[in-house]
Amino acid sequence: MEFRSPEFKTRAVHALHDANLQKALSNTKAGFVVKRAQAAAEMPEFEALRDTAAEIKNHVLANLDHYLEKYEAAVTAAGGHVHYATDAEDARRIILGICKKANAKRITKGKSMVSEEMGLNEALIADGYEVVETDLGEYIIQLADEPPSHIIAPAIHKTKDQVADLFAAAHNKPRKTDRAELVAEAREVLREKYFTAEVGITGGNFLVAETGSSVIVTNEGNGDLTQTLAKVHIVTSGIERVIPTLDDLSVFLRILARSATGQETESYTTFSTGPRREGDIDGPEEYHVVLLDNGRSKMLGSRFQDMLRCIRCGACMNHCPVYGSIGGHAYGWVYPGPMGSVLTPLIKGMDGTYDLPNACTLNGRCKSVCPVRIPLPDLLREIRHNQFRQDMTPKRQKQALKLWRYVAERPKLYHFAERIGVRILASMANGKGKLRSLPFDPGWTGARDLPAPTGRTFLELWQAKRGDK
Amino acid sequence: MSDTPINPRPRVGLFATCVMNAFRPSIGFASAKLLEDAGCHVSVPAAQTCCGQPGLNSGDEDSARALAKQVIEAFEDYDYVVGPSGSCMATIRHDYPNLFADMADWRKRAEALAAKSYELLSFLTDVMGVTEVDAEYHGTITYHDSCSGLRSMGVKGQPRQLLGSVKGLTIKEMEDTDVCCGFGGTFCVKYPEISEKMADDKLANAAATGADTLLGGDLGCLLHLAGRLRRKGSPVKVYHTAEVLAGLADGPSLGEENR
Repeated sequence: MEFRSPEFKTRAVHALHDANLQKALSNTKAGFVVKRAQAAAEMPEFEALRDTAAEIKNHVLANLDHYLEKYEAAVTAAGGHVHYATDAEDARRIILGICKKANAKRITKGKSMVSEEMGLNEALIADGYEVVETDLGEYIIQLADEPPSHIIAPAIHKTKDQVADLFAAAHNKPRKTDRAELVAEAREVLREKYFTAEVGITGGNFLVAETGSSVIVTNEGNGDLTQTLAKVHIVTSGIERVIPTLDDLSVFLRILARSATGQETESYTTFSTGPRREGDIDGPEEYHVVLLDNGRSKMLGSRFQDMLRCIRCGACMNHCPVYGSIGGHAYGWVYPGPMGSVLTPLIKGMDGTYDLPNACTLNGRCKSVCPVRIPLPDLLREIRHNQFRQDMTPKRQKQALKLWRYVAERPKLYHFAERIGVRILASMANGKGKLRSLPFDPGWTGARDLPAPTGRTFLELWQAKRGDK
Repeated sequence: MSDTPINPRPRVGLFATCVMNAFRPSIGFASAKLLEDAGCHVSVPAAQTCCGQPGLNSGDEDSARALAKQVIEAFEDYDYVVGPSGSCMATIRHDYPNLFADMADWRKRAEALAAKSYELLSFLTDVMGVTEVDAEYHGTITYHDSCSGLRSMGVKGQPRQLLGSVKGLTIKEMEDTDVCCGFGGTFCVKYPEISEKMADDKLANAAATGADTLLGGDLGCLLHLAGRLRRKGSPVKVYHTAEVLAGLADGPSLGEENR
């Protein structure tokens, strides 16, 4: 997947002026937020479950090697294969090898953000495979040749009219505008692909160590068809997605859908444990799990370990007013919004990702809804500290901070400077109460006036009145 | 929180936030009046400057630490530190102790200060037990929940309770009152276009209530929102909640021409 985070600022401004995107964002923003709030309110133990979920994840992260070994042993015992991929390139090599061995021509895919992280589609297509995304949203953006803009609603930026245009062009059928008809048309086209694909690739929301099961949650059932009908099923997931037991899984299943879409549960929760067994009426002949590291093991034991609790529900971006203003593409890589602004610099590196942790008001709404209580604003601020230490903070800003510190550490100088400053600004405002422009404007007056000071500082007025020390 | 004051007439050090000190002295006087009416002895230490948040949020931890030490020294002898800002007070309460993770002495002092640091309105209600004020304001207001106050300091019901006792005042709640207004400190100048969009979303929600006055508890947000309103030529007035509660909202509102 193309890495366009360095263009964050220009892409964000572009997004603000994209009328279709703004329409799509305003249509969907309220839905997720309102539904999540209702779902949470209807379950008295919701807050306690968030604590339990975070504890389970913390326990796993403290013992990750143990649970991965346990998981691998269980998968192997069920007749499957576990592959560890250190990075995206390694993962692509492993998966291309499996597809080649299977003599595949057509590959169906359920939704997987990890496969986006691997840059898998591009690699498969370059090697001559036909790749068909089967999640409706993923299918839409595949037709549009765009990356996902949301981790659970990849085509959230598209309006119905845009989808109608895409389908009419791709399917050689009369243009439809009714939602149900559009869905039916996609289902008809995709159905044939499931039956003829040699390899089916899905994600893995959870990997259960005690049983060796991979678990996906979907609303369309496309994942089931993808993984059941192909000869070879490949699961792509991150090493941090393992959990100890089925009991633990029940905790996550209760908070995932509620946090993500406000549903009590998704339509389908599907377990895969190894390939088809004797006597099974369906299922793949081969079952592979490709576990991606890609920087995750470096986060273990670091100040960013909390980020590995993430279960990819999307609640943080649904509640982020910055994401709600610019959509997911502006962030420029696989993961957008608050969680992406932490993950992208950690996975892709500090170069080219400067804006992501900075384009945040630290308002904390993401943290307040995160089902596994990741302190996202604190982590974003921590990345800013790393940027500062690595001398990546823009020079002008650094000089301003230095000057601010110099003055603020000297109360007498500070209060003298504020007294001069407010007099200048007040006289410039000339009784109008506001300033339309500033001589050294740091970016304030492009869209707003500056309410003018009244001419005296609080401290000087207070001291004149009260003589306080 | 239901802390009872440690002495009947607690000595309060008023934290005069840097923005308030420069732009809106009336908020400082309003704070002092409300605190004194509640029975506090109010002082304004002259050795105070900034809480250190600009450095802290821009990655410059050393600068934040240096300024935190200064605040600790200036305020640690008071019974309480109170400021008319959820944002600065959240920095003192939640961030100061973390800044001194590796310095046991300072950490102790930071924790002691943090434990007695409060946002103004929650201090009045939760600590001093104030349930009503003696003030009048003739108008319909809508209240913006500033993020730090709301999520870090638990400020939500307190301002509404006190505003409910102001004669002549009607409260109309807006949609998404808990969503960020787009100020975000330096965010608003680093990403002005996104900030503008967030301000406009907030102001559209405020306008939909029909309120003639927008109130809030953090001057940063209010300067940003008032600046945007003035640029758009809107007549909606913007005051800090404390100004209304203290009966000091009789002068020009933020960005309004001298009358």
